[in-house]
Amino acid sequence: MSRTLTERILQGNAGEYVDARVDRAYVHDGTGVLTLASFREMGVPIGIGPARISVLFDHICPANNGTTADLQRELRQYASSAGVLFSDCGGGICHQIMSEGCILPGEVVVGADSHSCTGGAFGAFATGVGATDMAAIWASGETWFRVPETIGISLDGSLSQSAEAKDVALTVVSRLGMEGATYAALEYTGPGAETIDMDGRLCICNMGVETGAKNALFYADPVCREYLAGYGHSVETQVPEDCSYREECTIDLDDIVPLVALPHRVDSTRPVADLAGTEVDQVLLGTCTNGRYTDLKRFAGMVRGSKVKVRTIVVPASAPVLLRATEDGIIADLIAAGCMVVTPGCGPCLGIHSGVLGEGEVCLSTANRNFKNRMGVGGEIYLASPATAAATALSGVITEPEVFHA
Amino acid sequence: MLKGEAICLGSDIDTDLVIAGRYLRTKEKAVWAAHVFEDLDPALAPRLSGAVIVAGRNFGCGSSREQAPIALKEAGVVAVISPLFARIFFRNAINVGLPVLEANIPSCSDGDEITIDLEAGSFELGGTTYPFTPLSPRMREILHAGGLVNYWRGKA
Repeated sequence: MSRTLTERILQGNAGEYVDARVDRAYVHDGTGVLTLASFREMGVPIGIGPARISVLFDHICPANNGTTADLQRELRQYASSAGVLFSDCGGGICHQIMSEGCILPGEVVVGADSHSCTGGAFGAFATGVGATDMAAIWASGETWFRVPETIGISLDGSLSQSAEAKDVALTVVSRLGMEGATYAALEYTGPGAETIDMDGRLCICNMGVETGAKNALFYADPVCREYLAGYGHSVETQVPEDCSYREECTIDLDDIVPLVALPHRVDSTRPVADLAGTEVDQVLLGTCTNGRYTDLKRFAGMVRGSKVKVRTIVVPASAPVLLRATEDGIIADLIAAGCMVVTPGCGPCLGIHSGVLGEGEVCLSTANRNFKNRMGVGGEIYLASPATAAATALSGVITEPEVFHA
Repeated sequence: MLKGEAICLGSDIDTDLVIAGRYLRTKEKAVWAAHVFEDLDPALAPRLSGAVIVAGRNFGCGSSREQAPIALKEAGVVAVISPLFARIFFRNAINVGLPVLEANIPSCSDGDEITIDLEAGSFELGGTTYPFTPLSPRMREILHAGGLVNYWRGKA
């Protein structure tokens, strides 16, 4: 029996402990400050080449007070002196920037953020670690892993007009549950996989960690190959082999309907139709789950020529996303519809700035987490797709995207 | 041997509940310790010194923020016991030198005394000895060094 893609990349069998060379290691301003502190305490030189390290500011961008400005300045100065790859405030969310040509199939990618599993969209082993683990990776260029067992998720069919990759991600999380894939890899295969574009795969892999998974991945296929060619990379496709999975499940994309996750559990989902009419105070389009170009385009396509009825915050995932959406008029459409477009970054998603909820306020968000108080004390968060977010922004109440597709 | 009094918590306690995002705008450990579990129960933080947290399943799910195990350790938590930990939290806890024990406990009440024998891989509660899932040799080494920073200092 052949190995799963995760086993092939980590060069070991499920359950074994391996020391793996890390191809890309990245931190953001939130975890980078702690990484640098741990690294300095270790008192060892950088063993990994600076070109394999990225420092990408995204969590509090631009800095919201003197303390965060000082913390960022210290890390900025270190990044400059160490010669590592650096993206300052405004560049965008770390996972998005890494997905813009920085992650290649077969690589081992480690980010000091739980949503680093996003990079599995490229057929890489990508996972999140804490700050001190990252400091040790800076020191040595490698780290240890227990090779995870793999859950195979076979996709059939194709999505309908109103269902999106986000609805697939929410389906998987609700099917497996918040701990159902703890310590496992999620491997997406099947004929339906090739019908999902790279932005959709990034969204689906992003939410892998919400099931407890260590990583989630798609095989690098012609869709991935073409995407990376756009960034000047020529890559080989990865061919699935007859491997054995710990569990297998099949999802028929034709059956996927727009879903919402209810406060405060990501795995507590219902069809949008069941929640239709629920009042919201805020809509958030963005985050490392759904702030990509295709998300903005879809949302703008629905609100163009109308006015949103609740405060609506749009956070493009990166400067290139913002630029592209500016050049083709999407940003103008969003602003004309009454949306606030803010600096690429993470702010509102973790309730740190730029969209914090007041007590009792309700937000429909395209993010990946709706934990209690995440966006502000006493706030309530529903999670949904960009299309559901657009329909909800236009109505002021949770609304099925079909209403505006008719 | 480690000793502490149990504080019992439920399942799926995410790292936002351990330390909320709004307190991450600093690197002062004392601030994290002062606000640990604030959104779960604001009365908990002062009770954590010398406590063994006995949690339900999936403790530490969510963000990779290492401030979560640091806050617990800084607040004086002796160890955390749960039948299932989220993996990033589990690894972070070992890396900051906070013992995390994967074990099933049939029943436990706040204030119960727990004695942990890390070497033997077991703990005692109410006259019964329970095993916990052994850590990998590497994790044991890191924990014995007092965390990953010290483990690496030893290599410098």
